[in-house]
Amino acid sequence: MNEQQQTLWQFMAQQSDKLLTQTLQHIGLTFISLIIAVLIGLPLGIFIARRKTFSGPVLGVAGVLQTIPSIALLGFMIPLLGIGPKPAIVALLLYALLPIIRNTYTGITGVDSSVKEAAVAMGMNKWQLLFKVELPLAMPVILAGIRTATVINVGVATLASYIAAGGLGEFIFGGISLNNTNMILAGAIPAAMLAILFDFALSLLQRLNLKKLKVAAKVLPVVVVLMACFYFIPSAYGSKLTAGFTPEFMGRQDGNLGLRSKYGLNIHTIVISDAVMYKAAFEKELDVISGYSTDGRLKAYDLVVLDDDKKIFPPYYAAPIVREDALQRFPQLEPTLNLLAGKINDSVMTDLNYRTDYLHQSPERVAKDFLVAHHLLKPARGGNAGIVRIGSKIFGEQYILASMYSMLIKGYTDYDVATKTGLGGTKICFDAMTNNQIDLYPEYTGTGLLAILQPSQQQIDAVTGDKEKTYNYVKDEFEKRYRIKWLQPIGFNNAYALMMRRKQAAQLGVKTISNLKQYLETK
Amino acid sequence: MIKVEHLSKSFADTKAVNNISFEVAEGQNLILLGTSGCGKTTTLKMINRLIEPDHGSVFIDGKNIIEQQPEILRRGIGYVLQNNGLFPHYTVAENIAVVARLLKWEEKQIQHRVSELLEKLHLDKKYLTAYPNELSGGQQQRVGLARALVTDPAVLLMDEPFGALDNITRSKIQAEFKALDELKRKTIIMVTHDVQEAFELGDRICLMDKGKIVQNGTPAELLFKPANNFVKDFLKEQRLQLEFKAIKVKDIISPPPSADGGTFELNGDILPGDASLWYMLERLKFSKAESISVRNAHHKEVGKLDFEDLMSAFYQYKKQQAHE
Repeated sequence: MNEQQQTLWQFMAQQSDKLLTQTLQHIGLTFISLIIAVLIGLPLGIFIARRKTFSGPVLGVAGVLQTIPSIALLGFMIPLLGIGPKPAIVALLLYALLPIIRNTYTGITGVDSSVKEAAVAMGMNKWQLLFKVELPLAMPVILAGIRTATVINVGVATLASYIAAGGLGEFIFGGISLNNTNMILAGAIPAAMLAILFDFALSLLQRLNLKKLKVAAKVLPVVVVLMACFYFIPSAYGSKLTAGFTPEFMGRQDGNLGLRSKYGLNIHTIVISDAVMYKAAFEKELDVISGYSTDGRLKAYDLVVLDDDKKIFPPYYAAPIVREDALQRFPQLEPTLNLLAGKINDSVMTDLNYRTDYLHQSPERVAKDFLVAHHLLKPARGGNAGIVRIGSKIFGEQYILASMYSMLIKGYTDYDVATKTGLGGTKICFDAMTNNQIDLYPEYTGTGLLAILQPSQQQIDAVTGDKEKTYNYVKDEFEKRYRIKWLQPIGFNNAYALMMRRKQAAQLGVKTISNLKQYLETK
Repeated sequence: MIKVEHLSKSFADTKAVNNISFEVAEGQNLILLGTSGCGKTTTLKMINRLIEPDHGSVFIDGKNIIEQQPEILRRGIGYVLQNNGLFPHYTVAENIAVVARLLKWEEKQIQHRVSELLEKLHLDKKYLTAYPNELSGGQQQRVGLARALVTDPAVLLMDEPFGALDNITRSKIQAEFKALDELKRKTIIMVTHDVQEAFELGDRICLMDKGKIVQNGTPAELLFKPANNFVKDFLKEQRLQLEFKAIKVKDIISPPPSADGGTFELNGDILPGDASLWYMLERLKFSKAESISVRNAHHKEVGKLDFEDLMSAFYQYKKQQAHE
């Protein structure tokens, strides 16, 4: 059955074991970080309620942490804590801190001063005052803070999948990369429901009267700890090597699914964002990763590509794809874009990527150097005969290509250029195109075939063996279905590939994916 | 019982309490009277160390309070606050029992004591499990009083205990307060700005102004032998009523009821031997009986008083004061 015709319900039923695992991981991540945040935030809130001079700095720092974009915060964590649950939990707890500290502080300072005076006058010491009077009276406010923190955490925990910590983000980001709405919803709906459910449960708790609150205060920690334990349930498996695959790779026929069905490869797999995957492999946190064959980090981190001896990875030849109405509006566009056709082969692209990814040269500079070296650069004409909108996905290679096209258009035509780079994934980029937000972006034949067109398995098998067939098929289909034109291929093939550290691959004698499978099966 | 020596306390640059000394005898009820900002509440709070003095010392039962751990000291002193300061998350029973629990009384003893106090303060048993916000202002103040009394402390400090109540509730609770036998044995220091209340409840009144004691004496002394014009002015309003309240009937009639437990009787009710003239006139005015009978300690009638006798005794007394 074709994936697109599948209903959401069918998808969820089919993936129910994964869905359960991810949901449990999600709950676990949320609550582990919540427990730690409470263990840190509550005493800190109490402390600053007692020593008011510290309240400014403490709340300030917690507030600043809150404003760091979550992806950036996760990024900061990797050099410190590596990948996996540790950095995810730390990042989540940092987000949960502010509401907990602030509400503890507000709650305690908000207790009626005559009640506090009465408590002291009755002969309570400062601990009795805290536990018998201040904390119980501040409890509704503190619970409100914990409630806010919980809901924030459920949301932010979706990003944990970027650094191999699991959770419902695996479906959400996998779905975005794969243009699979069902997959996105299968992650997003449970995540939203978790947020609503926890919010509702905690709101009930907040409204409990004082007497029941005493009971709840004893039951709640037990429940939270139980929830936190969910995270550890799914992780009871092991294997010799650890693979880190992107969410996209996990769900693709020409990815993990194919590895399992065609090679029978069974490897302990964690889901990770490609931004950190190469580094994690280099640092021996991962042994096998799903990279792109032209990625610059391949060179930077001394990784080798395993030979795809059973040909499950279809060709991914890059070519600009353009809206047909744009080609009509900008007649000079097509010849200009084709200036790059056939100019960049695999090793050139890898080198260009190496310069941006590893040497941290700007994509504009790398693009310009390349055009200069190939005598393609012309000074910008400063034309104003219309604006061509160029998109790109969110990785270096696409930035470089977008820069090259931008310079070519400015130099060879009278059009001006607007670039919308860094669109989150195939789905976002392609949707921007069909919704007439961008006119062109560089796409790959394999992606066009498998992620966008999603034809039957028979059709896939028929066209993926040969790069010309694949190109012609997607070209025809895109024209028919979307009125989008594939221009001439740029030359390189940025296919999926399994990679290992060169040294480890040599030690284990693994050269092909079949070798890898054999190694894993020997005991 | 309580001895305050050269007590001073400054907040920033203002001297809230400026070198004051006084004594309260056992079983006596001393009122710290004055306008707001005169230092009366600060003085009170220095006695249970809610505020630590800059100079001077306080002795309770001969012991310097600075030598005791503040929590232990406070558990031995009853404290009643103006806004009752009840714990909103505790039931009435739990509120009353707080100090007993801090002192680790047995549960049975606590229960017994709580219901005893409830009865004495005319609170229905059904309120035991109620929360403070379910009670009226007057009931809350009674619970506040019960909480201060639970361990039967010898010393009771009260910070404007009836200040937040409406007039009708206040006079009702004041009357109950006076009648409460538990309080008769206690040494009480009460802060108020209400002159009428001071004269109603105080054995002695300590009038304060700007952190200093202006005059410390019995109500009658303040009225009839004012130390200066400030005292005179302070007591100017409703002076007649104050005089009636300050004068005790036993001091102005002859023969007086015998000092060792003589009483008065009106219409079958026993009235206390040290009742004020105001109290007696009021009772007589609203009673069907014509006269009050004066009894000695053996409950034998030694005389009779009607409204006119009381009034003429009052004028006699006033004349006498003026000549002295």
